[in-house]
Amino acid sequence: MVLEDLVKIKERYLAQRKKFTFRVCLAAGCVSANSEAVKEALEKAVAEAGLQNDVEVRGVGCLKLCCGGPLVAVDPLNVIYQKVTPADAPALVAALNGAEPPVAKVDLAHPYFAKQLNVVLENSGIVDPDDIESYIAHEGYRALRDALRELSPADVIAIVTKSGLRGRGGAGYPTGLKWATVAKTKSARKFVICNADEGDPGAFMDRSVLESDPHRVIEGMIIAAYAVGAEQGYIYVRAEYPLAIKRLQNAIRQARQLGLLGSGIFESPFSFNIEIRIGAGAFVCGEETALIASIAGRRGRPRPRPPYPAEYGLFGHPTLINNVETFANIPPIIRNGPEWFARIGTEKSKGTKVFALAGQVKHTGLIEVPMGITLREIVEEMGGGAPDGKRVKAVQTGGPSGGCVPASELDTPVDYESLTRLGSIMGSGGMIVMDETTRMVDVARFFVEFCMDESCGKCAPCRAGTVQMYNLLTKIRDGRATLQDLQTLEELCEVVKNTSLCGLGQTAPNPVLSTLRFFRDEYLALLKDHPAQQHQSA
Amino acid sequence: MISAIGKSKQRSLGPSPEKLSSDKRFKILETHMKRLQFRQDALIEVLHKAQELFGYLDDELLYYVAKSLKLPPGRVYGVATFYHFFTLRPKGVHICVVCMGTACYVKGADKILGALEESLGIKAGETTPDGQVSLLTARCIGACGIAPAVVYDGAVAARQTPVDAIKRVKGWMQHGA
Repeated sequence: MVLEDLVKIKERYLAQRKKFTFRVCLAAGCVSANSEAVKEALEKAVAEAGLQNDVEVRGVGCLKLCCGGPLVAVDPLNVIYQKVTPADAPALVAALNGAEPPVAKVDLAHPYFAKQLNVVLENSGIVDPDDIESYIAHEGYRALRDALRELSPADVIAIVTKSGLRGRGGAGYPTGLKWATVAKTKSARKFVICNADEGDPGAFMDRSVLESDPHRVIEGMIIAAYAVGAEQGYIYVRAEYPLAIKRLQNAIRQARQLGLLGSGIFESPFSFNIEIRIGAGAFVCGEETALIASIAGRRGRPRPRPPYPAEYGLFGHPTLINNVETFANIPPIIRNGPEWFARIGTEKSKGTKVFALAGQVKHTGLIEVPMGITLREIVEEMGGGAPDGKRVKAVQTGGPSGGCVPASELDTPVDYESLTRLGSIMGSGGMIVMDETTRMVDVARFFVEFCMDESCGKCAPCRAGTVQMYNLLTKIRDGRATLQDLQTLEELCEVVKNTSLCGLGQTAPNPVLSTLRFFRDEYLALLKDHPAQQHQSA
Repeated sequence: MISAIGKSKQRSLGPSPEKLSSDKRFKILETHMKRLQFRQDALIEVLHKAQELFGYLDDELLYYVAKSLKLPPGRVYGVATFYHFFTLRPKGVHICVVCMGTACYVKGADKILGALEESLGIKAGETTPDGQVSLLTARCIGACGIAPAVVYDGAVAARQTPVDAIKRVKGWMQHGA
């Protein structure tokens, strides 16, 4: 494979393009709404109309507005139809001549779409995730070719550092710095791991990226491996994501066939291979040392750091671990230059962030927005606020490690520092909107129950602390608690936060602390010895 | 006496030679392990395959895997019990998984689960006495855009209500009967 081959594939693919294309969303949300049957019906309708030479029906990844599924986009008419049924297919084919079909269209001028800026998701819903040529036709593997043939590993690291990209897994560690640390270590073997163990309940960004554009993640991983000097990579993906696993397996096979994985990639001396490792349902495996233990076939238990995986990782060798979205950002950064990327976002948080917008909000689905956008813009303008005329009460970010941002703080810009200041975290990108009917003590208890179940049991503060926190929250919820119990809960939160071994325990109290900070009244109102409570029962 | 103990021990731990040769699934599992070069770090992959073939991991099967990969049985048992995905008991003919992720939770997944528990007379994680239906929960199936979601025999259904869920599950019970 050389540059000319890449160009040839692209030209051949583009030359084959038909006049019209139906792009049917085949990501998990739409598949569950029967989009596969819609695709079949469209293929049949096209054949019946004798338009096979003019119309292509292509299965694509996420078209973003999950609540409108199944979604069908039509090129070049620039429309997206929503809630399409197989019975609508003949009408949609007839509509190619400009007729109005009796199917609802998605308003593409709505802020939900207008405010998005797609970097990671630029191909999502456009390329066919099962066809590597489709990805190559959209500039795929061009960044890899340029990196391998025109840049030194040090150049690649310099570009990533200059772009200001920070880890998208949640903590926001500078990616360039991480790469440089692994590159500096002297070891005959190094590994690159893609963390696709998206365990946060309420988050489906990584799943969508893997299902919509798997080659982008693979390309990012190969570039990373070249930069740090690794020859073997692993993608650790959840067993709960069968479709993502299938598409990744297919993508890796296709990349191997074209010589984009294997030895002598792009006729350079560089070799790299990727294996998929399937998780088995343990939230703690999102923590990097636990993930490494799991890849090695052991119980996913974290260990104290340092030494960091960058020095002592998988099988004792230096290991680079990045999240799916981080790797997905790499190809466009190499292609467009670090200055282009650094222009997006805020001073300390560069680029875009993909969020999974869900919960009690009108428009649910996948969004990618520039850093620095306010939560209000996301929730009220893009999401359309809470349904049924209710008011938004809080937004939960960061899953069980994050917190609840109250409606009064919605003007907070979305960046790593601002969210941390509010006691929440950026997290991997789950964003759950809660309306006024949601009781915050229940929410805190829900997350603590989650952490209690998922605690690996290695360290006492997390193993025993989360159980006690859960018991206290249950007592409060049932109206059996006193002010003393609330104090104990707060003390316990500090202990668990400060003394737990890994991220799971250290962040487990966040949902409690953030709801206590902004919704303390709700806790107090449930206490036995609270004045308001006595007043009510009197 | 001592040899008798040894014999009975062997019989109770791994699958008998007759079973090994008559049950084709062991052959498939062995081929899979061979492809992974019997690497000990591939234990989780092997357990995935074993569960896919047998439906669940009983002691006999775990011992067989331990012996094949030359791992202490305790290690294999430890891994099998650590991960939620692995089950040591047989599952029902039909499997209903209620997603309890945050988005589904705030949209009433707990009510769906409650209704199913009441209607089936079992708790989450259990199987009906007739072996027809297993009721399970998931942390998050990543279908938050269409919450609350329930997975019926592997197919994800969007925006479920307690009534929808009971109807589906009752349908299974009647078919099975």
